[in-house]
Amino acid sequence: MSDTHAQTVPFVRDTMLPAAPPPAQQAGAVRWMRENLFSGPVNTVLTLMGLAIIWFLYVAFGDWFAHSVWNADSLPECREIIAATWGEGARGACFAVIRERWNQYVFGFYPSELYWRPVMTFGLLMVALMPVLFAASLPVRRVVLSATVALTLLAMVALGSPIMWLVFAIAIMAFAFHASETQIARLLPFSVLFPLLGVWLLWGGSLWGPIFVLVGPMLGWITWRVLVSRSAMLATILSVLVTIVFWLFVAGDAAGDAQNLLPMGIEPVDSSSFGGFLLSITIGVAGIALSLPLGIVLALARRSDMFLITTLAVVFIEFIRGVPLITLLFVASLLLNYFLPPGTSFDIILRVIIMVTVFAAAYMAEVIRGGLAALPKGQYEAADALGLDYWKAQRLIILPQALKISIPGIVSTFIGMFKDTTLVTFVGLYDPLKSMSDAVRASTSWKGIYWEPYIFVGFIFFLICFGMSRYSMYLERRLQRDHR
Amino acid sequence: MTDLPAPANPPFRPSMLIHDRRYRSLTFQVVVFILVMAAGWWLVDNTIRNLAALGKTFNFGFLWSRAGYDIPQTPIPYTADDTHLRAAAVGLLNTLIVSILGCIAATILGIAVGVARLSRNWLFARLMTVFVEIFRNMPLLLWILIVYAVFTEILPAPNAYRGDEPAWSMILWDNVALTNRYTAIPTLAMSNDPGSLDLGARITISWATIAITVALIAGLFLRGKIRDHAQKVQDSTGQRPTTWWKSLAVMTLPTLFLIWFFGLHLVAPALKGFNFTGGLNVSNALVALWLALTLYTAAFIAEIVRAGILAVSKGQSEAAFALGMRPKRTMNLVILPQALRVIIPPLISQYLNLTKNSSLAIAVGYMDLRGTLGGTTLNQTGRELEAILLMMLTYLALSLIISAGMNVFNSRVKLKER
Repeated sequence: MSDTHAQTVPFVRDTMLPAAPPPAQQAGAVRWMRENLFSGPVNTVLTLMGLAIIWFLYVAFGDWFAHSVWNADSLPECREIIAATWGEGARGACFAVIRERWNQYVFGFYPSELYWRPVMTFGLLMVALMPVLFAASLPVRRVVLSATVALTLLAMVALGSPIMWLVFAIAIMAFAFHASETQIARLLPFSVLFPLLGVWLLWGGSLWGPIFVLVGPMLGWITWRVLVSRSAMLATILSVLVTIVFWLFVAGDAAGDAQNLLPMGIEPVDSSSFGGFLLSITIGVAGIALSLPLGIVLALARRSDMFLITTLAVVFIEFIRGVPLITLLFVASLLLNYFLPPGTSFDIILRVIIMVTVFAAAYMAEVIRGGLAALPKGQYEAADALGLDYWKAQRLIILPQALKISIPGIVSTFIGMFKDTTLVTFVGLYDPLKSMSDAVRASTSWKGIYWEPYIFVGFIFFLICFGMSRYSMYLERRLQRDHR
Repeated sequence: MTDLPAPANPPFRPSMLIHDRRYRSLTFQVVVFILVMAAGWWLVDNTIRNLAALGKTFNFGFLWSRAGYDIPQTPIPYTADDTHLRAAAVGLLNTLIVSILGCIAATILGIAVGVARLSRNWLFARLMTVFVEIFRNMPLLLWILIVYAVFTEILPAPNAYRGDEPAWSMILWDNVALTNRYTAIPTLAMSNDPGSLDLGARITISWATIAITVALIAGLFLRGKIRDHAQKVQDSTGQRPTTWWKSLAVMTLPTLFLIWFFGLHLVAPALKGFNFTGGLNVSNALVALWLALTLYTAAFIAEIVRAGILAVSKGQSEAAFALGMRPKRTMNLVILPQALRVIIPPLISQYLNLTKNSSLAIAVGYMDLRGTLGGTTLNQTGRELEAILLMMLTYLALSLIISAGMNVFNSRVKLKER
């Protein structure tokens, strides 16, 4: 056979050619550019437009950023430095304002000798969030926890924190490290207690307040344990009732009496001293933490079989979603005093937090309702078939899946809410964006500075919001159970 | 085989109200009803007592008293001698103006950016991604303040346009002048004015507007007729007659004729003395608010459009091509209907958001509903309760109307499931 073959084919190459490099136009950067930037006339025009935009931005802002001044005490001084370095008529950014007013932007008018308290609160917040946000990954936890601990302790030392509190923070963080390495769920009790601790650290005052707030649920829990063998429902209702009654009628007086008997506490700080990012983050974190559970309850209520519950939920959600947040903030600042018993007045930050929470919860409810509706009907039927009652079915089967589906929507609601915290400026609170920048401009040394504060505040907001959206993508990937 | 005895229907006992699932929900609803009623009564009672303590009453009579303040931008005639009610109406119209302009511009920009993000051009797609991420992740208030600061701090006073060698020159073929107080744009004028229709309450509509609107609606109607006819011909003969020039003619010719008949033309603003006259001087508050709302909302709409287009699977367009459909008809008949189904519902909520966000006009002093009814009127009359309640209800009604209208549209494009 091979003979005939050899005769019919005049020439057969019997050696392998060495691999040659691809032609220059089909390799490397040239090929990439041909494919991605200049593949056709339209594409070429778009590329040129893109380059024109970049060039325009560079011409408009390039030298302004390049001539930034970071070290000056006032705008005139800044301009002198720019003129001296880059010549007369040169433009330049004066980011020195951020350096000089850093504390004001971060802490508002919080007493400067107590700056360590918000810092510690924020550090402990990150610790408390560890078992919630990074429960799955030990390496991520190690990095975040180490960074948090190092930054918090450094800042606390630099801000002159008392030794006692430093020791307290170190103890909690050491425990967090231990829990993180062994079993992160052991940190959960701290996460549950953190809101009380955080509020107490930020606003200060008597230690008896948070203690008696804590006593309420404990009494409720005792009630529940005593009665649960008789009737679970009765036990639940009564324990909630006991807690609320204790908070409303006993806790306040008891805390006052205890404070008189045995004064224990830290220096109180008034709400009017809050400002800057401290205020934004306080409102944002509180709103996030409160609006998610409220949103879940509202979503379940809207999908309930009970006519009255559904109606109430629909009316509430649609009303809140139908009005701008500003009007709700005005209700908080102007009208809430009308609705409460004569003589009561409570903290403006708390009122704003309530309104922001209610606003975000209505949007959250719609997002979660979407998740609930997207869940295949078979899941509900399977839960029924297993004989689970309503709450067990929701807790074990429906909500874990529905919440997972709605993660992107939930996080974008969080982001929207965090951005909306800047609106508190219109009810007289010192948000970092408008009020604080106006306050900075009101001083003679920084009169007429517009862009730098806005860029700085915008940049911080961008970091936080962009970080949140990236985290939601990470969470989605982590919770993905199907194989696509 | 013995028949099982039918389960006995136990007689009703009061304890079943708690333990029997059939009655438990009833009990629960009654309890909730009582609690809600009690809470409502508590709130109303508190309000009445508080109002009494302050010596105030709850009535809306203040709406008919003299307002006494001026509004810079008045879509309907208004003076300081008019009532608070009319001031509120002016504010509502101003809210509507900025919302509608914002919705239109944000939709156009959003679609352009969303499509550009999907472009195969690496550079352009990246640039659009940067645009979207920057605008989505910073507060709207920041954009409003920045745009407003650009207008008030960087743009020149009108007299910079003066002289033979002016420091600034008008843009868009000498039609628009940007100054630090207002943006002067051309205005429409008629050389053959047909007069106006008086609607009462000093509100008038030009007959020309009515005539052109009627002509446009008639054009749309005729276009539908032409299409129906083309469809009929196609169904019976298999050939679709060419209709685009007929449609174009019925849509544009009557309007063009009316424009010629009324002598409608643009009058460009010109600098006279210290200010621009002849054109329309739009306050920078409106322009800045509109621009910021547009840019911010466009970033969200771009994401919605992008998600909508990505949601149509590639197999759909491939199947259409395999059936021999042309790219344009594939787009119109296969891709767009499916993409719109995904796009419309979130787009509606973006329009609602834009309308509600227009209340941030407070940051630039634009007199919208919040600026009039919830601002000056509230401060002058001291009627917080009534003014804020009325303002919230108006916004609520606005939202409900928008979402109802858009839901009708949505139900027309959405998947008809059988």
